[in-house]
Amino acid sequence: MEVPKHPETIPLELNINGETVELDISAWTTLLDALREHLQLTGTKKGCDHGQCGACTVLVNGKHINSCFTLAAMQTNKEITTIEGLANGENLHPVQDAFIEHDAFQCGYCTPGQICATVGLLNMKKGNTPEEIRDLMSGNICRCGAYANIYKVVEEMKEKGTEGTTSI
Amino acid sequence: MNNISFTRAENIEGAIKKANNKQGKVKFIGGGTNLLDLMKYRVENPDHLIDINELKLSKIESTEVGGLLLGATVTNADTAYHEEVEQRYPLLSKAMLAAASTQLRNMATNGGNLLQRTRCYYFYDTSTPCNKREPGSGCSALEGFNRIHAILGESEHCIASHPSDMAVALAALDATVKVTGEEEGHRSIPILEFHRLPGDTPHIETNLKDGELITGIELPKKGFPEHYAYIKVRDRPSYAFALVSVAAALELDGEEITDIRIALGGVAHKPWRKPEVEKEYYGKKASRENFEALAEKLIEGATGYGDNDFKIPLAKKTIVRALTEAIEK
Ligand SMILES: Cc1cc2nc3c(=O)[nH]c(=O)nc-3n(C[C@H](O)[C@H](O)[C@H](O)COP(=O)(O)OP(=O)(O)OC[C@H]3O[C@@H](n4cnc5c(N)ncnc54)[C@H](O)[C@@H]3O)c2cc1C
Ligand code: SF4
Ligand code: FES
Ligand code: FES
Repeated sequence: MEVPKHPETIPLELNINGETVELDISAWTTLLDALREHLQLTGTKKGCDHGQCGACTVLVNGKHINSCFTLAAMQTNKEITTIEGLANGENLHPVQDAFIEHDAFQCGYCTPGQICATVGLLNMKKGNTPEEIRDLMSGNICRCGAYANIYKVVEEMKEKGTEGTTSI
Repeated sequence: MNNISFTRAENIEGAIKKANNKQGKVKFIGGGTNLLDLMKYRVENPDHLIDINELKLSKIESTEVGGLLLGATVTNADTAYHEEVEQRYPLLSKAMLAAASTQLRNMATNGGNLLQRTRCYYFYDTSTPCNKREPGSGCSALEGFNRIHAILGESEHCIASHPSDMAVALAALDATVKVTGEEEGHRSIPILEFHRLPGDTPHIETNLKDGELITGIELPKKGFPEHYAYIKVRDRPSYAFALVSVAAALELDGEEITDIRIALGGVAHKPWRKPEVEKEYYGKKASRENFEALAEKLIEGATGYGDNDFKIPLAKKTIVRALTEAIEK
């Protein structure tokens, strides 16, 4: 059996923020690069490109993952939600509102990832104590050190029983 | 990353057939959290990737002998939070939740976790010699910075340590790795025989044959839900690899030890366990003196390479602490 030759590009269909988009990209394109470079969804950030910072966090079928560590080609039959897909028109998602209210960011670079991670935790119904929240949010590094306020948001969302995007 | 072609396997037969191909370097991809990392550094350079996530290996089910079969593509998060794993094998759940981050656990698969490669800095740095990455080129860690490296079972060719937390718990639990391949069909490999010591072939890390697919991990009936501990010592309390980790599991009759398992992580090229030493403690008292003597025996012959010397006393103390925590549960 022969190894297929490297085709320049492959056609893909992704479901992103409720819309189906068609792409023709190299097989080795990460989901992160597909979002940022091919779909202009630049809300998702590239920090390290090596799974170490969480800036690239998006939701796939409601769970948060590092989009730098998966290929777009592996996510074709899933529901992908990025920071751009959380608000409902002009109405921000409650987690987004809470980030503003609690001043939970400074430069904002890590924020889309922090917000998606918070929504993911709510979906997973995890993070039931302050210690657990700190542990489960450790995949998102904030270079500005806005952690105290970020954790306040997560704690408040848990207390209020805020819904993420879906229950999984 | 290098140019690759990509297919999604629809069935196991097709996947192993494609993987058995001798004309190019073919790799399975599970979560991708280790493979894509290494591909970005050009440490791994496959020609073709086979996505195995659509194979029917994504379930956790009971086995006929009262154990549990963890499908190879179930994520580390879904495994660690699975009700039966939490209740019957809390040691495994705890070890898995001590690893990586929530995002990574949501992606990483059980099969991929076992096959994740060392975090040795020189292995990652393609500008330095490394026998594991390039057989015969030398080992930069021996005389280099070796804080995270092995103190047991290492060789003059490689002193890398295995980074997995899950594998350490699986070693304590005597799990079995289920594999299948075109040439040998289905096989079961006991976890202690799955990973290899480096010897003079550090590039061969497991006894999995080329092209073989891990289909699942079988846990035996006995899960030690009463007396267990997983202690992971690392540079920060979360999102860091183990410097030393200890999985301890005991069964007691009053104060008497009836079964005892100790597996160590971060200290060797594979999860470190010595069942023959454990057996000497059956029937003995679960006391601090015995735990200290046992710890001493478990790491007998340990060698430090400078920056990792601290691991020798640390491992001993962590063993005692883990056993003490386990009996206090
Ligand atoms: C920042 C960071 C921190 C981390 N911290 C920790 C930690 O503290 N503790 C810890 O244990 N781990 C840690 N990890 C490692 C993580 O657990 C592994 O990367 C993950 O478990 C690998 O699983 P995967 O499914 O993503 O593997 P992949 O990257 O998909 O695959 C890894 C290898 O396994 C092969 N493979 C995958 N599935 C199969 C199969 N079914 N059959 C045969 N071959 C297969 C692939 O071909 C590849 O060679 C960390 C990773 C990162 C990036
Ligand atoms: S310890 Fe092993 S992996 Fe690290 S440089 Fe030496 S040979 Fe390479
Ligand atoms: S960019 Fe993905 S984790 Fe840093
Ligand atoms: S707000 Fe600047 S990195 Fe987090």
